[in-house]
Amino acid sequence: MSKEPVAVVGIGQTRHVAARRDVSIAGLVREAARRALDDAELTWADVDAVVIGKAPDFFEGVMMPELYLADALGAVGKPMLRVHTAGSVGGSTALVAATQVAARVHRTVLTVAFEKQSESNAMWGLSLPIPFQQPLLAGAGGFFAPHVRAYMRRSGAPDHIGALVAYKDRRNALKNPHAHLHEHDITLEKVQASPMLWDPIRYSETCPSSDGACAMVLTDRAGAARSPRPAAWLHGGAMRSEPTLFAGKDFVSPRAGRDCAADVYRQAGVTDPRRDIDAVEMYVPFSWYEPMWLENLGFAAEGEGWKLTEAGVTELDGDLPVNMSGGVLSTNPIGASGMIRFAEAALQVRGQAGEHQVGGARRVLGHAYGGGSQFFAMWLVGSAPPDA
Amino acid sequence: MNREIAVVAFAQTDHRRTSEELSEVELLMPVLHDVLARTGLRTADLDFVCSGSSDYLAGRAFSFTLALDGVGAWPPISESHVEMDGAWALYEAWTKLRTGDADTALVYAYGKSSPGSLRDVLTRQLDPYYVAPLWPDSVALAALQAQALIDAGDTDEPALAAVAARNRENATANPHAQLRGPVPHGDHVVRPLRRGDCAPVGDGAAAVILAAGERARALTERPAWIRGIDHRVEAHGLGVRDLTDSPSTRLAAEHAGAFERPVDTAELHAPFTSQEIVLRKALRLGDGVRVNPSGGALAAHPVMAAGLIRIGEAAARIHRGASDRALAHATSGPCLQQNLVAVLEGDPR
Repeated sequence: MSKEPVAVVGIGQTRHVAARRDVSIAGLVREAARRALDDAELTWADVDAVVIGKAPDFFEGVMMPELYLADALGAVGKPMLRVHTAGSVGGSTALVAATQVAARVHRTVLTVAFEKQSESNAMWGLSLPIPFQQPLLAGAGGFFAPHVRAYMRRSGAPDHIGALVAYKDRRNALKNPHAHLHEHDITLEKVQASPMLWDPIRYSETCPSSDGACAMVLTDRAGAARSPRPAAWLHGGAMRSEPTLFAGKDFVSPRAGRDCAADVYRQAGVTDPRRDIDAVEMYVPFSWYEPMWLENLGFAAEGEGWKLTEAGVTELDGDLPVNMSGGVLSTNPIGASGMIRFAEAALQVRGQAGEHQVGGARRVLGHAYGGGSQFFAMWLVGSAPPDA
Repeated sequence: MNREIAVVAFAQTDHRRTSEELSEVELLMPVLHDVLARTGLRTADLDFVCSGSSDYLAGRAFSFTLALDGVGAWPPISESHVEMDGAWALYEAWTKLRTGDADTALVYAYGKSSPGSLRDVLTRQLDPYYVAPLWPDSVALAALQAQALIDAGDTDEPALAAVAARNRENATANPHAQLRGPVPHGDHVVRPLRRGDCAPVGDGAAAVILAAGERARALTERPAWIRGIDHRVEAHGLGVRDLTDSPSTRLAAEHAGAFERPVDTAELHAPFTSQEIVLRKALRLGDGVRVNPSGGALAAHPVMAAGLIRIGEAAARIHRGASDRALAHATSGPCLQQNLVAVLEGDPR
C-alpha cells in the first residue's frame, strides 16, 4: 500500500499580539489562510478540503467554531473537519490534513489553527471547577512546575538553565517579524530578576497569551510540481497519547513522547537524531521544557539535555538550533502554537525563514504536546522528497 | 486500487433522558467493552483510536481527556479527537486506514445533554458577534426551516406528524431507543414544530470498530464495507441558504457514490421531522428505501454520538443480513449546515 508523498507549498501566519482588536475570529483565521494561499500562489478554488484546529472552545466561548468559520475559510461546498487534541492540536491538525493527502482522499488541503485568547480568559477557561477532581492549580504553570522540579532533581541541572533558554528564545524572536514578544532590551539578568510565578518558573520563563493563527497548504506530488517556491516534504509524522494521571507515569519524560518520536524517526529513516536532524522547533511553553524535551526526543541521553543548552548547542548559530522562531515562549496562541512549530520547521527546509534561517537546514523536526504531557504530535520535514 | 475498509462492530448505550448518576466515562465504558468483545480485540490491538465529543456539553475544557483514560491508553496509543459528532471521527479514522498506516481503528463518541439546557447550549454554535448574543435556540432555527418547507408546499403539519409516528413505530424494535411506539405529538414548541416533531433530549454513547481488507473478514462474518464517505459544509448564515434544500448532503452523497446504485436502507440524522423531508429529497430516497429502521434521531438523540449511531445502525443491518447496500447520514450545525454521507455494502450473497 503506497502513500502519496505530502508537500507543504504554502505557509501563512498572522501578526501575533496579546489582543487583535482589529479583527474578528473570522478575520484572524482568514488572514493566515490568505497568506498561505498567496505563498502557494493558489486561490480558494484550488483547495479541496479544510482541516481546522484549536484548543478548547471555552477559550473564545464559541462552540464548534468551524461552523461559523466555514464562510471565512472558503469552505462552503467543501469537506471541513475540526480537530481538538488539547495543546498538541496545531500539530495534530496538520497531521490529519496530511493524512487526507497521503490517503489520496484529497489533493490539496488547507489546514488552519488559531486561538483568539483575548476573546476570553484562557487561565480561567482551564480552571473550571470540576467536582471530585483536582483543580488544574490556576493555569498550566501550576501543573507543570513540579515536573520541572522533578527534572532538576533527577538530572542535577543547575538553576540557571531555564533562564538561558528564555534568553535565547526571546532573542531569536527579535529576528521573527511574526513573533508576539519583541523584547529589544532583553538580558539574561532581566530574565533572572523577573518575578517568581510557580517556583522554579519565573515570569520571563513563561509563554505569553496571544491572539494568532497559522495556516498551511498541503498538496500531493503533482501539486508540489506546480509550486512556485520550494516545497517542504513530509518524511514522517505521528501522534501518541497516554492517560493524564496514573501510577508510574513519567512526567519528566513521558513514554508517549518517546514512542511518538521513535515512530517519526522510523518513518524518516533517522537512526541518530542528533546527527540526522538539523534543527528543531519544539513546544516549550515553560523554559525548562527545552532540556526535558531534548532528552525525550532522543537528542541527548537521560539527564544530559541541559548540558546541550548550557553549551550553546541550541542557540540559533549552534550545532542543533532549537526554536529559531522564538518558540512558544515568545508567541502562544495556544491552538495555533503546535502548527506554528510545524510551519516553522517547513519554512526552514524551504530556506524561507528569513533572519532566523538556519543555513543548510535539510531536515527539521516540528513538535507539539498537550494536556498533562499526554498528547504528542510531531512531524519531520525535509527539503527533498522522501524517496530521494 | 483503494484499500477496502469496513465497519466490523458497533455498540451503543440505551439512550435516556438523564444519566446523572454516571460520569461521561462511566457512560462510555460499557460500550467500549461491548464493541471490543464483538471482535475479540483488546485496546492494545488497535492501530488507531479517534473520538468525537464536545466540551460545551460537558461544561468543561479538555473533557475528552478523561474518556481517554477510560479507553486505557497504556502503553501509549495512536489517537486523535474531533470536536464534532463521532461520524467525523470515523471519517478521520477511515482516511488513516486508507494510507495503510493502520489496519484497525476504534471510533467512539458520547454526549450528555442532561446537565444543561441543550437548546441554549447550541446557541453558542452561532456567529458569536451578530447572532449568538440573540440566543436563537435550536428549535426556533429548525422551526424557521420547517415553516420554509410548508411555505414552499413541500410538507404540512400532518405530514410532519406522520414522519414522527413512523420513526417511533420503527423504534419499537430498537431496545436502545429513548422514545418508541405511539408518542403524543403534543403542543407547539415553536410554530410549526410540535413536541413530537423534535428529537428527545438525552444522554448516550456509541462505538464502532473499523478494519481494512482481510482483517475485516477475519473479525466479522459479513463486514459492512464503506464504499464511499464524504462530507460537506454550507454557509453559516441562514439568510444565504435555501433552507428547503440541502445541497451539501447531495454533494456528499454524490462523492460517496450514493447515486450509483439504489440503496435498500437509509439511516438519516434528522433531529426534526422537517429535516427528514429535506434529506429525503436531497438524497432522492424513493418509497422502496427503508428509512430509519432504528427510529432515527427522533427516537434517540445523544448529541455528538447520534451521527455515528446512524453509521453503526446501517452497518449492523448489513452485518445481520437485513441490508445489502445502506446509506448513513450525519449532520452538524443549525438547520443541517454540515452533512456527512457514507455508503455501506455487504459482500454479494
